[in-house]
Amino acid sequence: MAADRTKGEIRVGVFVCDCGLNIAGAVDCTAVSEYAKRLPDVVCVVQNKYTCADPGQNEIKDAIRQHHLNRVVIGSCTPRQHEPTFRQCVREAGLNPYLMEMANLREHCSWVHPGDREGATNKAKDLVASAVARARFLEPQEELTVAVSRAALVIGGGVAGIEAALELADAGHKVVLVEKEPSIGGTMAQLDKTYPTMDCSI
Amino acid sequence: MGLSSRKGIYIPFPQAVPCSYILNMEDCLGNNPIACGKCLEVCEKEAVNYDDQDEIVTREVGVIIVAIGLAVYDPTEMDEYGYTRFSNVITSIEFERLICAGGPTAGNFVRPSDRQPPKRIGFIQCVGSRNPKIGRPYCSNICCMNTIKDTLLLADHYPDVENVVFYQDIRAFGKSFEDMFQRSKEAGTRYIRGLPGDIEEDPQTGNLIVTVENTTSGGMERYELDMLVLSVGVEPPEDLAKISSMLTLTKTSDGFFMESHPKLKPVDAPTRGVYFAGFCEAPKDIKDSVCQAGAAASRGGALLNAGQIQIEAITSRIDEAACKKCGLCAAVCPYAAIIWKKGEAATVIEAACAGCGSCGAACPFGAITMRHFTDDQLIAQVRATLAENPQDKVFVFACSWCSYAGGDMAGISRIQYPSTNRVVRTMCSARVSEEMVLEAFRCGAPVVLVSGCHYADCHYINANRQTVVRVQRLWDKLEKAGVRPERLQLEWISAAEGQKFAQVMWRLEELRKAVTMEEIEQAREALKRKPKKVARQKTAAAAAG
Repeated sequence: MAADRTKGEIRVGVFVCDCGLNIAGAVDCTAVSEYAKRLPDVVCVVQNKYTCADPGQNEIKDAIRQHHLNRVVIGSCTPRQHEPTFRQCVREAGLNPYLMEMANLREHCSWVHPGDREGATNKAKDLVASAVARARFLEPQEELTVAVSRAALVIGGGVAGIEAALELADAGHKVVLVEKEPSIGGTMAQLDKTYPTMDCSI
Repeated sequence: MGLSSRKGIYIPFPQAVPCSYILNMEDCLGNNPIACGKCLEVCEKEAVNYDDQDEIVTREVGVIIVAIGLAVYDPTEMDEYGYTRFSNVITSIEFERLICAGGPTAGNFVRPSDRQPPKRIGFIQCVGSRNPKIGRPYCSNICCMNTIKDTLLLADHYPDVENVVFYQDIRAFGKSFEDMFQRSKEAGTRYIRGLPGDIEEDPQTGNLIVTVENTTSGGMERYELDMLVLSVGVEPPEDLAKISSMLTLTKTSDGFFMESHPKLKPVDAPTRGVYFAGFCEAPKDIKDSVCQAGAAASRGGALLNAGQIQIEAITSRIDEAACKKCGLCAAVCPYAAIIWKKGEAATVIEAACAGCGSCGAACPFGAITMRHFTDDQLIAQVRATLAENPQDKVFVFACSWCSYAGGDMAGISRIQYPSTNRVVRTMCSARVSEEMVLEAFRCGAPVVLVSGCHYADCHYINANRQTVVRVQRLWDKLEKAGVRPERLQLEWISAAEGQKFAQVMWRLEELRKAVTMEEIEQAREALKRKPKKVARQKTAAAAAG
């Protein structure tokens, strides 16, 4: 069903996030939204206060349904933070998650150009234009599912490694603990008493 | 410290796990009846094996927790404290041996020179910490509290000792730490704000003369001490680089492992399924190490319980019809995920492909589609970005793992730089084809940057070696076309290097300003895509002319 939406006409929806004042404080988000309206195949532009919050996500879902969007561009933060969030959001509205693209208006723009509103706004426009251009060529993708081997490796038998290995083993997982020294214990075992309890290290 | 001796076969320490004997192969004389072989004679269980060898064990695992700990700073280079010259100057880790009941003196605290109990003991803080001059700007986190603990132990065992602590700041911020600090002061420990500039030894007594500027009172002070403990900092463990390249992890500027996100993913490594526990991620004490270990186990356990993982749909696909069977793609694949035999079209093993895109950039025939990072998508980004006023823009290709993340780090750290740069993200710098760079110049970019992970830290084994090959080839091409090769830049910026990302952008902005409109136009013309036949005719015409 998701794939059907990509056939035929391309309909891009652009969502520009203020992120409170995180983006809107340095970038004229209204100007960016107006600019986005003129970009090819863009059929709807929405400016949000917080796109990642429920109301913002609902606006995306509503717009996908209402405007029959088959591509979504979100001008907000780094995809390294919220790409999974927005992929899930468009998926819930029936769109393949790979038809969503982000423009990084926060980490790469507003946060690093706070004193340069004009420059930051121009840059934000370009970042959105670039994302829209890319979005027009996006295609639905299916992810491969791979089985995870049901065992854990812990490298290092100091207090952290021992603790992690025990926790995993207590939870019923098979654990391999690797230690290069003849005994586990690590640096902690070299200590006599430890703070703040003043008790023995081992 | 040379205070006691150890046999050639020994148990590392009384509580060792496993509690079994080990041979010190450097001292062991081996199973030679004339020389020794005594341990073999007495071991009824015949557990001694002189010829035991290292072996490689293979285990398949779904998650890895990296908990490789720390190394202790060696204060030899800080010669002003006399660690190598004066026998009564010891490190805090040596202090632990001296005060420990299982140590060489059975816990009788004596000083090395005359094995007499010292009466006046000094501690110097921040030895190898918070000292940018020796490349250690970070706080080691544990040394203040460790010294406070040591003063309390001494006061408890030897009520008549005098403790003096020389410090720049005391950081006692954890639960019940301030209480310990106050107890130490109540027990008589003097805290002098100031780090000694010089230490001398009285050759007669072995005592140490410490000269220090007390920054609270403002005066120079002199202390005669029987013994001096250097409260040494900690550093990344020596194996960190090895583990880092094995698991494609990243380091922060301090040299410890970089987490996925400083606040939101503090125990995740950037490589999925890998988690950090303890000191190797950042200096932390036992309690914090235990907390992080629990978090890492919980994160790893969740993945193990799920039993499966979704692989991002960014892998390579080869169009058999378009493939000219050259094998270039197979040659540049760091994962050997492309199968190619002479005379046959290449095929991709999808489960082995990690999606770096090096093959896509290498294919001269457009037969490879990198899913979600296609040529069409990336070229469209280049054109859209440079559609208006390209002369004002620095065009940047940044790899998702490091350089793009370095840009994010600059943002998180609010490090400012000129707003002229325009970044396009690829998974790896090796995805950037020559055509993409040339297209940017054709669109009028004054400066183009290709940036990736540091050479040895590539998240796709060594795919960024291909980046270097392509950029070098491009430099040659540009030069031949009369375009200044400096206009194409190559930089390695790690995910932790927000500062470097900003510095590079400042530098490129200067470079951009120096590129004239004439140069931009010349490059547009010189790099114009020419149909091959026409080019040949022109060459022929030129030769004839």
